[in-house]
Amino acid sequence: MSFQFTILIPLIPLISFLIIGFLYSKMSNKLAGIWGSVSIFSSFLLSLFTAYRYFFEVGRVNGVYPKILGFDFEWLRFSDSLSAHLGTLIDPISVMMLVVVTTVSLMVHIYSIGYMKGDRGFNRFFAFLSLFSFSMLGLVLSTNIFEIYIFWELVGVSSYLLIGFYYEKNSAVAASKKAFIVTRFADLFFLIGILILSFYTKTFDFISLTDPSNIAVMQTGSITFMGLSVTTWALLLIFIGGAGKSAMFPLHIWLPDAMEGPSPVSALIHAATMVVAGVFLVARLFPIYALGSDQALQVIGYVGAFTSLFAAVIAMTQMDFKRVLAFSTISQIGYMMVGLGVSGYGNEAGLGYMASMFHLFTHAMFKALLFLCAGSVIHVVHTNFINEMGGLRKHMKITHITFLIATLAIAGFPGFSGFFSKDEIITAAYHNNKIIFYTELLVAGITAFYMFRLYFRVFWNQEASYEHKPHEVEKTMTIPLIILAFLSIAVGYIPFGNFISSDSMPLESHINWGVASASIIVSFTGIIIAWVLYKKPSNLPERIVSSIKVLYTWAYHKFYIDEVYLFVTKKIIFNLISRPIAWFDRHVVDGAMNGIAWTTSWVSESIKGLQSGQLQKYALAFVSSTIILSALLIYILLNV
Amino acid sequence: MEIAASKVIFYIIAAAILFFALLSVTSKRILRAATYLFIVLISTAALYFLLNYQFLGAVQIALYAGGIVVMIIFSILLTSHAGQKFEPVSRLKFFASLLAVLVGWALSLWVILSHPFVASSKEAVEVNMDSIGKALLSYDRNGYVLVFEVISILLLAAMIGAIVISKKQPGDGETNPDNSKTSK
Amino acid sequence: MGKPIRITLKQANDMMGGLALQDFLVVSTSMFFIGIFGFLTRRNLITILMSVELILNSVNINFVAFNYFLHPEAMHGIFFAIFVIAVAAAEAAVAIAIIINIYRRFKSINIENVSEMKY
Repeated sequence: MSFQFTILIPLIPLISFLIIGFLYSKMSNKLAGIWGSVSIFSSFLLSLFTAYRYFFEVGRVNGVYPKILGFDFEWLRFSDSLSAHLGTLIDPISVMMLVVVTTVSLMVHIYSIGYMKGDRGFNRFFAFLSLFSFSMLGLVLSTNIFEIYIFWELVGVSSYLLIGFYYEKNSAVAASKKAFIVTRFADLFFLIGILILSFYTKTFDFISLTDPSNIAVMQTGSITFMGLSVTTWALLLIFIGGAGKSAMFPLHIWLPDAMEGPSPVSALIHAATMVVAGVFLVARLFPIYALGSDQALQVIGYVGAFTSLFAAVIAMTQMDFKRVLAFSTISQIGYMMVGLGVSGYGNEAGLGYMASMFHLFTHAMFKALLFLCAGSVIHVVHTNFINEMGGLRKHMKITHITFLIATLAIAGFPGFSGFFSKDEIITAAYHNNKIIFYTELLVAGITAFYMFRLYFRVFWNQEASYEHKPHEVEKTMTIPLIILAFLSIAVGYIPFGNFISSDSMPLESHINWGVASASIIVSFTGIIIAWVLYKKPSNLPERIVSSIKVLYTWAYHKFYIDEVYLFVTKKIIFNLISRPIAWFDRHVVDGAMNGIAWTTSWVSESIKGLQSGQLQKYALAFVSSTIILSALLIYILLNV
Repeated sequence: MEIAASKVIFYIIAAAILFFALLSVTSKRILRAATYLFIVLISTAALYFLLNYQFLGAVQIALYAGGIVVMIIFSILLTSHAGQKFEPVSRLKFFASLLAVLVGWALSLWVILSHPFVASSKEAVEVNMDSIGKALLSYDRNGYVLVFEVISILLLAAMIGAIVISKKQPGDGETNPDNSKTSK
Repeated sequence: MGKPIRITLKQANDMMGGLALQDFLVVSTSMFFIGIFGFLTRRNLITILMSVELILNSVNINFVAFNYFLHPEAMHGIFFAIFVIAVAAAEAAVAIAIIINIYRRFKSINIENVSEMKY
């Protein structure tokens, strides 16, 4: 069954980008918005069709879902055995990602028509959104590691453009640069990892890379470096690339600042799709990780666990609505990494892999919803700070209800989607690594606490004094909220293990009630603490804060990680490396050039008198030279 | 006796040529210099006659002495006062030139005199108007019709060029030649 | 072609009273260097032109003498001389046009004043 049409899924947004981009000033805002939405809607329908066809018409072949090359085109041929292809790879996770990306993207497009109304950069915004959709869809469909790298950079560029969307604001420009530089820095390691991996495996192709028999071959012949095998090194380097995109500690610093972009962008790029690219990348190469290198997987697990705890603690203290959500995103991606890190390959051991993908899926829905709600609230009250909000439940009923649903989902309230996926990750951790298990359990509680802190602070508590009376946002914005709220509940009931598992065999997941009840209790504790502290205005939070002053200050300042970076870059790298290089460039390189120019100028200045304009001087020189040359010639020829 | 006579005539002509040539390049008055040049050219024509090349001698007199020298005298009258005297050349320039010229002269003479020229024993052709005219318009092995045509085109071009260059142009009075362009 | 008069080298030598090629060459060389000297020392453009004519003339003598003594059976030297004279005439015409133009512009034909083309 042909999947050639899948190439259209990324191409439609690309065409939309080109059209909006080229007709930038010709198009009315309305037309651009509708055009962008319609094109992403077509991609959405095609993705649903792909999913239907893949899972139900093609179905399992010999008990597993096949990997299908929907479209393949040789782009560059380096040697007989090594060539770069472009194309689309259809397998369970790429189909799932297609659905996620197009769904969220469609919702964000519709939402943005209302949200961006009247903005000067309306058309630009939709052009960039289309560019991002193209890049992200291309990324998830990539057939090989080379192609994924290209789209990887493209999403980075789109993210850069959209974070810096309000380029008049200095903070937005700084944030976009920070995001770009940090992710680019991580991508350097990714590239090195790609080179090492393809050098030893002689292929870029995902299908042959992740073929279990191939991995064994790679293992036997490989050499070791600093106690780790080459495979491990390559995989760790690739993971660093993924960690950069997915904001894993210590490369997470760009994501909170990226909230400078418009809220729909945060929902699409920095919550649902691009930031999970790192998770997707590890999942893509998961067979190599699982079969080729335990150490790499362990690193992923620990990094994920630490990041989730670390970000959750910071999220408790932040006052900026979107920053809380940003740290929550980092924390949740940490969960997904943990899921992959504690997973094995095949059957029951692969529970973590399935749970991670499941969490990616559900998280995309409820986190996009959270950001869109945040966008609505900020749109209405014109501030980002939660201490300037409060009592909004009366004014914004739909936003209130949808936000509550999303909060319940992320907090892991039973019956909501986040409960199922998070619970499975924790279960997988329970079977695999007890330290990670307890950490994640704790993080679940903290998550519930900070999310309900946000919820109570914004929608309950004392009503703040607003400049304009808050009102519910318009229909184009509420409809996506309602749809996503529905999805945030519904997607939890999908029998995910039937579709996606580490070895494509069906995986029957059943809730481990022991673990589940533990996580439920922890979540409820978090919710109740938040209830007590923030439901009504009280001075209890301040009292608690002052009793743990130092800890609070550290968490509030994000544990000074940004300052450490600034110290390292400004004080150490700039002073010790860049400055000498700059000096060398300015004095030695430029000096050599200037010296050459100066010498030339000096010489020409001093000999220009030779060109006196006096004809007879020239003639004298000519005649004497001719005579001398003739004399020489005669002397040589006649040997006198 | 005839031998001695033609030799004597040659030496007289040669002496005249060299003497007046020297005067021509050293004379302080320009009109005199032109006159000395005229005498040198005439003497050269005499050399051609001595070699029995009458046609060439005639051309020399008609073109050089008659055409070029007259043209030079015209231009002298256009650009100089008749009695104008030249200032002496700078000493350095004079001696530098003299040195170069003497060295070159000595070198050339040494080469000429030390080279054994072998005189041809072939029979000479008669050089007269008839053979010259035929050779000029002939296009076989010893014909010169192509060169003849090229020379005629060259003369035409030189004529047009001379007219264009010396034509009085608008804005010639201005000292800065660029002004004529910008003022248009 | 006209009927050639047969003259042997001996006859030619007799006619020229024992004069040799070198005699002519010495005269032409001297004249050439006198011309060069004039070209190098004269200041007036017209006298420089006259020096050039001297140089051309000396070359003509060379051509003619070579023709007479070395290749009496052909007329190449004579034709060369004729063409040099034609070129000299063209050159003199253009040169004088240029000199007159310079005179108009600079009110002088002193070559030392005409140095616009320096650095």
